[in-house]
Amino acid sequence: MELFTNQILAGIATGAIYACMALAVVMIYQAIDHLNFAQGEMAMFSTFISWQLMQWGVPYWGAFLLTLVFSFAGGIAIERLLFKPLAKAPILTNVAGFIALFAIINSVAGLIWDFTIKQYPTPFGSSPFLGSQLISTHQAGMIGVTVLLLIALYFFFQFTRIGLAMRAAASVPESARLVGINTSWMIALGWGMAAAIGSIAGMLIAPVVFLEPNMMGGVLLYGFAAAVLGGLTSPFGAVIGGFLVGVFENLAGTYIPGVGNELKLPIALALIVTVLVVKPAGLFGRPIVKRV
Amino acid sequence: MFSGPVFPAAAFAAAIIALASTTGAAFAQKKYDTGATDTEIKIGNIMPYSGPASAYGVIGKTEAAYFNKINAEGGINGRKITFISYDDGYSPPKAVEQARKLVESDEVLLIFNPLGTPSNTAIQKYMNARKVPQLFVATGATKWNDPKDFPWTMGWQPSYQSEARIYAKYLMKEAPNARISVLYQNDDFGKDYLKGLKDGLGAKASMIIAEESYETSEPTIDNHIVKLRASGADVFISITTPKFAAQAIKKLAEIEWRPLHIVSNVSASVGSVIKPAGFENSQGILSAAYAKDGADPQWDNDPGMKKFFAFLEKYDPEANKLDGSVVYGYGAAQTMVKVLQLCGDNLTRENVMKQAASLKNFAPDTLLPGVTINTSPTDFAPIEQLQMMRFKGEKWDLFGDIISGELSN
Amino acid sequence: MSAVQETVTDAPAVEAVPKRAMTLGTGTSLVVLALLIAAPLFVKNFIIFQMTMLLVYGLAVLALNILTGGSGQFSLGQSAFYAVGAYTSAILMEHFGMNYALTLPIAGLICFVFGFLFGQPALRLSGVYLALATFALATAMPQLLKLGYFEHWTGGVQGLVVTKPDAPFGLPISQDMWLYYFTLVITIAIYIFSVNLLKSRSGRAFMAIRDNEIAASAMGIDVALYKTLAFGVSAGITGVAGGLGAIAVQFVAPDGYTITLAISLFLGMVVGGVGWLPGSIVGSAFIIFVPNIAEGISKGLSGAVFGVILFLVIFLVPHGARQVAMVAQHMLGKLKKR
Repeated sequence: MELFTNQILAGIATGAIYACMALAVVMIYQAIDHLNFAQGEMAMFSTFISWQLMQWGVPYWGAFLLTLVFSFAGGIAIERLLFKPLAKAPILTNVAGFIALFAIINSVAGLIWDFTIKQYPTPFGSSPFLGSQLISTHQAGMIGVTVLLLIALYFFFQFTRIGLAMRAAASVPESARLVGINTSWMIALGWGMAAAIGSIAGMLIAPVVFLEPNMMGGVLLYGFAAAVLGGLTSPFGAVIGGFLVGVFENLAGTYIPGVGNELKLPIALALIVTVLVVKPAGLFGRPIVKRV
Repeated sequence: MFSGPVFPAAAFAAAIIALASTTGAAFAQKKYDTGATDTEIKIGNIMPYSGPASAYGVIGKTEAAYFNKINAEGGINGRKITFISYDDGYSPPKAVEQARKLVESDEVLLIFNPLGTPSNTAIQKYMNARKVPQLFVATGATKWNDPKDFPWTMGWQPSYQSEARIYAKYLMKEAPNARISVLYQNDDFGKDYLKGLKDGLGAKASMIIAEESYETSEPTIDNHIVKLRASGADVFISITTPKFAAQAIKKLAEIEWRPLHIVSNVSASVGSVIKPAGFENSQGILSAAYAKDGADPQWDNDPGMKKFFAFLEKYDPEANKLDGSVVYGYGAAQTMVKVLQLCGDNLTRENVMKQAASLKNFAPDTLLPGVTINTSPTDFAPIEQLQMMRFKGEKWDLFGDIISGELSN
Repeated sequence: MSAVQETVTDAPAVEAVPKRAMTLGTGTSLVVLALLIAAPLFVKNFIIFQMTMLLVYGLAVLALNILTGGSGQFSLGQSAFYAVGAYTSAILMEHFGMNYALTLPIAGLICFVFGFLFGQPALRLSGVYLALATFALATAMPQLLKLGYFEHWTGGVQGLVVTKPDAPFGLPISQDMWLYYFTLVITIAIYIFSVNLLKSRSGRAFMAIRDNEIAASAMGIDVALYKTLAFGVSAGITGVAGGLGAIAVQFVAPDGYTITLAISLFLGMVVGGVGWLPGSIVGSAFIIFVPNIAEGISKGLSGAVFGVILFLVIFLVPHGARQVAMVAQHMLGKLKKR
């Protein structure tokens, strides 16, 4: 029994990482209706920027805020410069663009900061949380920040004009334009916000996994999986999805005999695909109604 | 009797014969295979500059810088080295393509220090069929020491199995009742190591009470550590690559689990693993080494390391001297240069292998005192010795004797 | 909770390729064919090896073109089918001593079944969800290949070494050249088959599903059957490509069939022109040669250079090589009129 609770707690701790990333994934999906493969790399790059600022003497929170601003601006810049020209191109071409962006960011980060791992500080400390040796204060902090972000996003989308405009621009662009919403800039704004959220995710994840250019590769896949499981239209679902994936993966690794440990990831993904087959919009997503 | 033209001709002929018999060696034996000329030696190399193992690309960069230094100092027996290094992204099909390109298109004399067990396995048959040296491969897999079946392939670093056996011997002696837990990477590196550990324990392999494997695609191995702790083990063996070794050290400290912690040599670098993980978390960790650590102040005045640091300052100033891979590249390149120097003017591929297989007590600048390179026609494992070390304060303390992890093949 | 409404009269995710432009004209086809046949006689063995890989990846991209360009199903999982085909050939050749040529139809058949079966649960997924499911398949495959259970057959993480066949009947040509012509014949056969498939009734059914699935179903097309059939055919062709690849490279290992391969094939499809079968070889050339070019330009930034080149290509020709061909055809037409 103790092993079981331990694995659940450990799963929630890892799941916090996935939940963070999943929020950024959902954010970009809200804006552009597809998944951006380069999301993880952008988050990694932002984290490196904050690390570099701290190397130059900027204190943690100063670096954190500067990085947020930089990421927001950077996200908008990337969208305006690289993806606005592709707006009329087929979706698949856009996906190729994401892949190209991934390659560029990863390579540049490797050149500037090389591939040795770097320690990244956490404002939450690393001692056992509430005496539990399974969740550290940092991981508890991570969960806390993710939940705060989630609430902030909820308020943004439900109760602010811009949030409403973004939702409109994403789901019914024609009608949105008719009421005067500049859909093009809504997309740019979405990119900026997704980049900023991604940078927060990166800065929270780096203390656990150590900072290096390839750190987000695995995390991104889990982030996608968690977002899809929870429902791509629901930030709340993304966070729950993250925790579910973390817990399920751990339990699968522990309790499925023989192959459980080696096939953790495929089993988790198989679960998600099964859920999708039953509930195509994810656990908390809004069902899609197709009109011919 | 001897008319005009004949006499000078005969004298000339006599002179030639006299000359040939005295300088016989140099003049008669200038032999080349493709890739070597009077002025140039072409060396090929395959490294993962991109992809999942890109952290090791720095080895190729260090080697290129070392060969630049050798060229600046006059080259090898007056010949300049042309070092051609290609990226295979750690993908075996790409490695095959690059190997063929080097041999058939770039026409190199040999391929030096190609990295990665999958990539090297992929090109091994081709290299041996083509009779091109696959020299000093950058992987610790045990199978490279097989001169009978693969006479053109040779390793360099101590094999993973021999290192693991050293730990097994140590444990059986110092902690005979230990309950061992193992975390290993689920690839050729991890599995080879684990085999060595189990073989080394022999009948007492049951000392291992828990094993956890992980994939490099996992963001963190924290939950594996939690599981291993729950097994009640008091020894933790970390068969991990740098990032995951650091994560393990950190997690162990976080959950306040203090087993006897052994970490594999590939992750023993102070700069790449211990420092990021935290010195305070790493006290008492055991490992083994065959090379000196650039971060260890005890080598600051060591003549070999001084040469190494001077080299870095002049030819590779951007390199991180705390990175074990940089030290590795230097040592391997120095070994290559030694072999080529021994070849003299006989730069055939056969002679290259012959010289590589007859190194006796060669000590590159960066190996530990007492560890030397020895090869023979039946022994294609250049470095077989390791010394154990314990982390104390901010550096590794070597202890015990230099142990040979020799495996009978 | 309001439902998200999606009007299916919007532009479909995958755009149609006009029937006329689906293949190369007869003249151009013959020229290309002549080049492919004659080239090996003039170049070194290594180049012949690269050309063989060009054909192999071209086949894999072709298969993806049928699936995505033809039936509109997004797949990032082709590397899984390629791996299954490769390992099937390798295992049959090395463990059972089977003749290499025989392993290919078997690899193709096994992958066809595998693809067909995978297509079943995939029926309920589309767009980004299908992408994730196929992505999951591609990520799972290397893990499965490493599994201890199968190690006896697959060689586990060490992989299997494959023996390259000699030319039959003692013909005096090199192994590379023989393998190239063997691959060329198979490629041409599959190309002709694919073109005919897309022009046939089944092909039209695929394209109807791609353009408007609901309308297609309303017209009486058995959507489920054709979608899974598309997956099966695509997987089968990819499996044959995988088998040929294994023979050419002479080695199979889990590290050779990662998600990177799936992404490369996808890029090959986009650069060649989605749904345009002749573009498959252009796409294949892109994914084989451009990384080499990028490496030549800058070793440290090879990934960045590759990304930049890719961006340039998709900015200039968002519809891939097909666009280039259309422009060329257009200009030729103008010249002819004069």
